[in-house]
Amino acid sequence: MNKDTLKNITSKRLFLPIVCLIAVLLVNVIKTPDFFKISLENGVLSGYIIIVINRASELVILAVGMTLVTAASGGQDISVGAVMAVAAAVCCQILSGGATSVTSLAAPLILAIIAGILASALCGAFNGFLVAKLNIQPMVATLILFTAGRGIAQLITKGQITYIRVDSYKTFGGYIGKCPIPTPIFIAIIVIVITQIILKKTALGLYIESVGINGTASRLVGLNSTLIKFLTYVICGIMAGIAGVVASSRIYSADANNIGLNLEMDAILAVALGGNVLGGGKFNLMGSVIGAYTIQALTTTLYAMNVKADQLPVYKAIVVIIIVVLQSPVFKKFLANQKAKKLSNTASAEGGK
Amino acid sequence: MEMGIFDSKTQTKRKINSNTFLLMITILLFLAMYISGMIIFAEGGFAKPQMFLNLFISNAGLLVIAVGQTIVMITGGIDISVGSVTALVCMAVANQMENHGASAYMAVAIALGIGLLYGIVQGFLISYLEIQPFIVSLAGLFFGRGLTSMISTDMISIKNETFLAWAKYRIYLPIGSYSKRGKFLPAYIYPTVIIALVIVFIIAIIMKYTKFGREVYAIGGNAQSAMMMGLNVRKTKFKAYILNGFLAGCGGFLFCLNSCSGFVEQAKGLEMDAISASVIGGTLLSGGVGTPFGTIFGVLIKGTISSLITTQGSLSSWWVRIVLSALLCFFIVLQAVISGVKKKK
Repeated sequence: MNKDTLKNITSKRLFLPIVCLIAVLLVNVIKTPDFFKISLENGVLSGYIIIVINRASELVILAVGMTLVTAASGGQDISVGAVMAVAAAVCCQILSGGATSVTSLAAPLILAIIAGILASALCGAFNGFLVAKLNIQPMVATLILFTAGRGIAQLITKGQITYIRVDSYKTFGGYIGKCPIPTPIFIAIIVIVITQIILKKTALGLYIESVGINGTASRLVGLNSTLIKFLTYVICGIMAGIAGVVASSRIYSADANNIGLNLEMDAILAVALGGNVLGGGKFNLMGSVIGAYTIQALTTTLYAMNVKADQLPVYKAIVVIIIVVLQSPVFKKFLANQKAKKLSNTASAEGGK
Repeated sequence: MEMGIFDSKTQTKRKINSNTFLLMITILLFLAMYISGMIIFAEGGFAKPQMFLNLFISNAGLLVIAVGQTIVMITGGIDISVGSVTALVCMAVANQMENHGASAYMAVAIALGIGLLYGIVQGFLISYLEIQPFIVSLAGLFFGRGLTSMISTDMISIKNETFLAWAKYRIYLPIGSYSKRGKFLPAYIYPTVIIALVIVFIIAIIMKYTKFGREVYAIGGNAQSAMMMGLNVRKTKFKAYILNGFLAGCGGFLFCLNSCSGFVEQAKGLEMDAISASVIGGTLLSGGVGTPFGTIFGVLIKGTISSLITTQGSLSSWWVRIVLSALLCFFIVLQAVISGVKKKK
């Protein structure tokens, strides 16, 4: 009976991400006892845990888009980091009006942000067209923007880093007025809530899952598979755009070389860690969100252990491989076989008695 | 029944036609680009034979890597870790020779060892555990780059005498150009070019005439029917990835002979160059079709684009990547359209 409840818990979809998160947090608590301490400094909240949640915001937003793309097309969008850079470049270039460093805005803030997000949605539509309409493998299709994206961003900013030294622009990566909680946290939560509402209140979530499980069958029952796949890529592009604006607001500039660098790997990792199968089909948005916070906690932990930024990918790559190996059907079958062998061995031993 | 046989015959004929058609476009594109370069930048030295040989000299490593990529892509897979492997090989080789006193011969062994190890691990995960090649090699990409920065974050230039002697050894050819004073300047190549071409030649023979080569084409064309024919699909895939890893190590060493240094940002985006060279050279992304011969032209086109942009002078180097991406996109769409037309027929 006890074994059954245990099995029930471990078979829950959120089991893996939550266990990972707890493991990472435990390591942190042991290493730095005041990890959970939150204090008010200069009117804003500070502490390790706030830093982790704040820094994870872009990743959470990306992970939401990546989850939908993964579910619908069975592949990942590896261009999200580059698309972030494009959105940031467009946004900052409009705000600065072409100058490299400005202290007053050349265009309304809202216009620039919408333009930036539109640019990223266009990138998403380009990916979506290649994947959904032309049936090209998602990762090959997005590889084009993965390499060209940063080049395009460089061209938009004319190879320079555009600085926007205006307080109203800094709010998106900083604080709204006297509010002690960093703005990116709110943005991430708003994105999650809106997406969750759309997925639950409309049939879109169900459609995405069914297209991911069997595209042909979904088409035969009357779903427009192509359109749904296309839509997920556009959504993913929009998410990358929002993340790009937040990232550029943090450093109040558009650095085409560094905005969103290596984030595509983190986003894929978050999706995998969230218990989503990278081959598509059923998905769990909250799993990915928890996965994203776990990754950021892991990154912060590794930084605290004096691992350099360049070396982080080594550890993350190992984690990715471990997760996908555990997820792979071959490995699961192997485990099941091993278990069956054990059972039959004990059975035959008992029979021998 | 007879009708069916007739149909399949015409279909194979058409398949060959559309594939050679893609290769023809590539060759024509290369000629058009090169000749227009010769006309527009005649003063920039584009018309000299040395300019053509430089395409091979600066892309010898890429050529070997792209041929490895072609093999993997024929099986229906992909490997985006090759750029990182190259950076890792260069850094490891430079570090061992400069800081640990390894000989140049040891360096060759290290380079090939790294490549083989990468091939074995990635190949095992992809073929026996059936994990998507993209995920595995994406992890490989980040792993390699991270490991490179673990060895050293500074640039290491190679000063080993044997190594530099290999790198700087010029082989003069009977062709050449005349300087303004009428002096004959013979065109030259480096040993890397010969090594790369020999490797490509050997791979071309392996792919065309050996059992392994034919199996690679068979599993790429249709893994299901290849398995039913009694081929060991997993083993063949595994071998293909090992060969690719070996070639990546080899290409990485040739790349190192050209650059004579190791640093973290080296060969960034080389995987993209290798993939585009293969695709532009007529390899189908869906697998089953492609030749090392076509890949040579893919590499030449990439080389021509970058030398056109450097000779032009005022455009930023970002344009090389953008033009190449656009070209890759064009060929991918072309492939999709052709296969779409084929399916409808």
